[in-house]
Amino acid sequence: MTVILGQTFTGISIGAVLLLIALGLSLTFGQMNVINMAHGEFIMAGAYTTYVLQKSITSAGLSLLIALPVAFLVAGALGALLEWLLIRRLYLRPLDTLLVTWGVSLMLQQLARDIFGAPNVQTRAPDLLTGNITLIGGDDPLTVANSRLFILGLAIAAVVALSLTLRMTSLGRRIRGVVQNRDLAEVSGISTERVDRTAFFIGSGLAGVAGVALTLVGPIGPTMGTNIIIDAFLVIVVGGIGQLKGTVIVAFVLGVLQSVLEYSTTVSVAKVLVLVGIVAFLQWRPQGLYTLRTRSLV
Amino acid sequence: MSSGSSIFRRRMVAGAAALAAAVALSACGAKTDAGGSSDKAAKADTSGDTVKVGLLNSLSGTMAISEVTVRDSLKLAIDEINAKGGVLGKKIQPISEDGASDWPTFAEKASKLIREDRVVATFGCWTSASRKAVKPVFEKNKSLLFYPVQYEGLEESPYIFYTGATTNQQIVPALDYLKNQGKKSIYLVGSDYVFPRTANKIIKAYAKANGMKVLGEDYAPLGSTEFSTIANKVKASKADAVFNTLNGDSNVAFFKEYKSAGLTATSMPVVSVSIAEEEVKSIGSQYLAGQLTAWNYYQTTAGAANTEFVKAYKAKYGQGKPTSDPMEAAYTSVYLWKAMVEKAGSFDPEKVKAASDGITFDAPEGKVTVDGASQHIYKTARIGKIGTDGLIEQVWDSGKAIKPDPYLKGYDWASGLS
Amino acid sequence: MTDSRMPLLTRIPLVKGHSARARAGFAAAAVALFGLAPLALSDFRLGLLAKYLCTAMVAVGICLAWGRGGLLTLGQGVFFGLGGYAMAMHLKIADAGPGNLPDFMQLYGTATELPWWWQPFANPLFALAATVLLPMLVAALLGSFIFRRRVKGAYFAILSQALTAAFAIWLIGQQATTGGTNGLTDIQGFFGYDLNDPVNQRMVYFVIAAALLLLMALARQLIHSRYGELLVAVRDSEERVRFLGYDPANVKLVAYVVAAGMAGLAGALFVPAVGIISPAMIGIVPSIEFVIGAAVGGRASLVGAVLGAIGVAWAKTALSEEFPAAWTYFQGLLFIVALAFLPGGLASLVGMVRRRRAARASEEPSPALPVGEAA
Repeated sequence: MTVILGQTFTGISIGAVLLLIALGLSLTFGQMNVINMAHGEFIMAGAYTTYVLQKSITSAGLSLLIALPVAFLVAGALGALLEWLLIRRLYLRPLDTLLVTWGVSLMLQQLARDIFGAPNVQTRAPDLLTGNITLIGGDDPLTVANSRLFILGLAIAAVVALSLTLRMTSLGRRIRGVVQNRDLAEVSGISTERVDRTAFFIGSGLAGVAGVALTLVGPIGPTMGTNIIIDAFLVIVVGGIGQLKGTVIVAFVLGVLQSVLEYSTTVSVAKVLVLVGIVAFLQWRPQGLYTLRTRSLV
Repeated sequence: MSSGSSIFRRRMVAGAAALAAAVALSACGAKTDAGGSSDKAAKADTSGDTVKVGLLNSLSGTMAISEVTVRDSLKLAIDEINAKGGVLGKKIQPISEDGASDWPTFAEKASKLIREDRVVATFGCWTSASRKAVKPVFEKNKSLLFYPVQYEGLEESPYIFYTGATTNQQIVPALDYLKNQGKKSIYLVGSDYVFPRTANKIIKAYAKANGMKVLGEDYAPLGSTEFSTIANKVKASKADAVFNTLNGDSNVAFFKEYKSAGLTATSMPVVSVSIAEEEVKSIGSQYLAGQLTAWNYYQTTAGAANTEFVKAYKAKYGQGKPTSDPMEAAYTSVYLWKAMVEKAGSFDPEKVKAASDGITFDAPEGKVTVDGASQHIYKTARIGKIGTDGLIEQVWDSGKAIKPDPYLKGYDWASGLS
Repeated sequence: MTDSRMPLLTRIPLVKGHSARARAGFAAAAVALFGLAPLALSDFRLGLLAKYLCTAMVAVGICLAWGRGGLLTLGQGVFFGLGGYAMAMHLKIADAGPGNLPDFMQLYGTATELPWWWQPFANPLFALAATVLLPMLVAALLGSFIFRRRVKGAYFAILSQALTAAFAIWLIGQQATTGGTNGLTDIQGFFGYDLNDPVNQRMVYFVIAAALLLLMALARQLIHSRYGELLVAVRDSEERVRFLGYDPANVKLVAYVVAAGMAGLAGALFVPAVGIISPAMIGIVPSIEFVIGAAVGGRASLVGAVLGAIGVAWAKTALSEEFPAAWTYFQGLLFIVALAFLPGGLASLVGMVRRRRAARASEEPSPALPVGEAA
């Protein structure tokens, strides 16, 4: 029983990490249809931001809290820069964007290697976040890692903030307007260029926040982004482009699926099964779990 | 696709003609010298005042993390030797190539070093996969590779010198240590590649013969950074100890998760065979303090040779840079090669090989001796405990240098392994 | 594709000029590959060229599927790997000799005889056929599902990546039967010829060069047939083609399957040229690299794609030899410049010059170089 509960929670916590790294993509890829392969490197930028901040701020807890907004700004600025330099030339060619941003990702990785060195760097986690709390005591205790709870909380907070922004603010309305019908938005007096750049800033910024969270559970190094980027794209594709709720549901479902399969088989088999499962799912629902209905033919 | 135009047909004819010519040509190439393979080994260039040696390490990709430090250490040894007059009166000129963490690239670059640069010897490679990829290249060209990393054994190539530990100099002593500590059950965690899988095969054979229980065995794909499930499994197994053969990035995630799961070095110690000082630095002693490692050298290993090595390394690359076992083995390999060349009086690989048996060197890890038959070296096994300062303190050693036994012929329980 | 009563979308005047030029180009390529390269290059460089030509063979397929058909095939690594493993499995069995297991199985496995799915590969004809047919079969199965469900654009690209990742992880997990991360290494012979002999290495090069020319001729036939026109039409406006009564799914499927077969053949010939096939050639990164070469040269142009693939592979070697630590910058920059600012690849430069010259010669507007994109 504890095993099932434990694995379910583990799955949710894997899902939370997936959600956090995919959330920024749900904006840039989901809303704007830009396949940004350098998204993983924005996550890396967020993680390195934490590392740099810890050099001057010795308190691990304080530096983590400060790192969250700073990483958002750093990664967001990188994203806006990328949008301005390259991506805006490529909105009509989404597949070229994939390859161009892959080139960018190569360069950013090498840049990180040159600045911070090839080996991984370490950050200290606040003591509060390295422990765990016991949900069920006894001989076979069920414990939950504090770092995972923190990430879960952060992911939920980020989803709420993003969906409120999209629903409630005028910026959100403009973004949705541009997504649903770019030309109509343009003739309605919306500067699509500015909307694009802002949306890209926010999406990339969220990658930075994810990077800060990842320092609690994973390595911080030049290749950290490449290891997770495809998983993040799959979450969006399965969830349905342009749909926040699809992203959220799918992140958690994939997380639980992965953890349950991993427990009963092996990591490799679980990974292969999940990937094959995704491909099969897309045969069934090629547009993902939720689709944005438009009148467009394509 | 049923076009009947004449243009279409003419084009077909032109294409077919060119192809026929091509095939004929290629057949010619095959017939002229199909059987008569002669000694076509690329001859190393030893004519000038300098000799070239190859440094073959991943400078990019996932393995760059570890391999760059090996390259640095090789360069240190070469600089030192050059400062003292070189080898046989010739200065050593290192040619560095990037294996890019990609095995076919390693093969390509090895070939380039031997055939284009005509190096007299090559130093490098880290993963077993890269070694397996270049092994035929060195054998084919009859050129020497010095491989500086601990590995899974079961190999003796006539053109490779193995200066890292083989299994009976690292894994077997670590198991002996655990057994003497009264550990009755272990859990195996490793990356999904050759070294962990082969090492675990050996560990299971050992456990079976020594009354130890193996409670579980898990592999994560290289580069995998999600370890919560594995940590749960390890925890649920209530094993006495964990034997960890994870590589690279995965270790960081594993130890973070391990600590989060409430597992500690006292409740369930982890013995790692791929975590050296450099990795400790990138994972953080916060997560590692008290855990065990198995190597042949630590930065803290006592001895004048090591003090000098550490001092020289830090002077060249920075005070914050630690030294580690593979770096030491790489450093040592250059000096061993130098001693072999000087004993042979020649850079010729065959003569160097012939001279290799019994060569000794006062290495940072202590005195090492080359075993000419297996082309491995005698090494002292050392178990270390990771301290809060990020350094590793030795808690046990084998007392003497252990004779290399890559096929574990001296161990009855290992008879079914290879 | 099947209705032969439909009038041909003829471009006879263009094709006539093209045809003469193509024949000249073909002859020049043959001279360069069979005459100049073996004379000018050392054995080592020729071996590298053989490797580049293998990537060029993949690029021929990519030119067809992506450049002409708009299918961003980010999963060519799978087909390359299938072909490569099929070939390598046979060569490993042959190296081991009858009754023996390949060396790595003795090391890592516990089996005393070949696994059942290895056994057919002991037959050279089966293995040879499998190098091309196996990838085509897999592509046909995948493609018939994917295209019928109208999975396209970004979805198709990411799906392909997921598949390559799954395939590579699976291969790595089966160390006892696939060699795991190491892959199949240390291949000594090629159908009875000793690969250690430089003369035979040269022969392998000639076989590869001939295969490349063959594939280019094949692709050219396809591109300039009615099918080729239809493929471009599907790329540029799938809905319109559907309204005209064709099934775009079938049109795409053919290109996808042919491209897979070409990648398979390339993988098969890569094995004797390099002596190793490993999951490192199959994952997401190599799959992207296959596409990049074609993109830099010009995806829609056969010659562009091939030269681009060779050029990028050569640049990778040359730059990483010159600047082992910094070549990644060059690589990244090359992709960015070529793709963001020169969407038709380097081939479009030639097209531009040619069009400008044509415009000067006559006032007639010339057909724009198609650079399409599946939505």
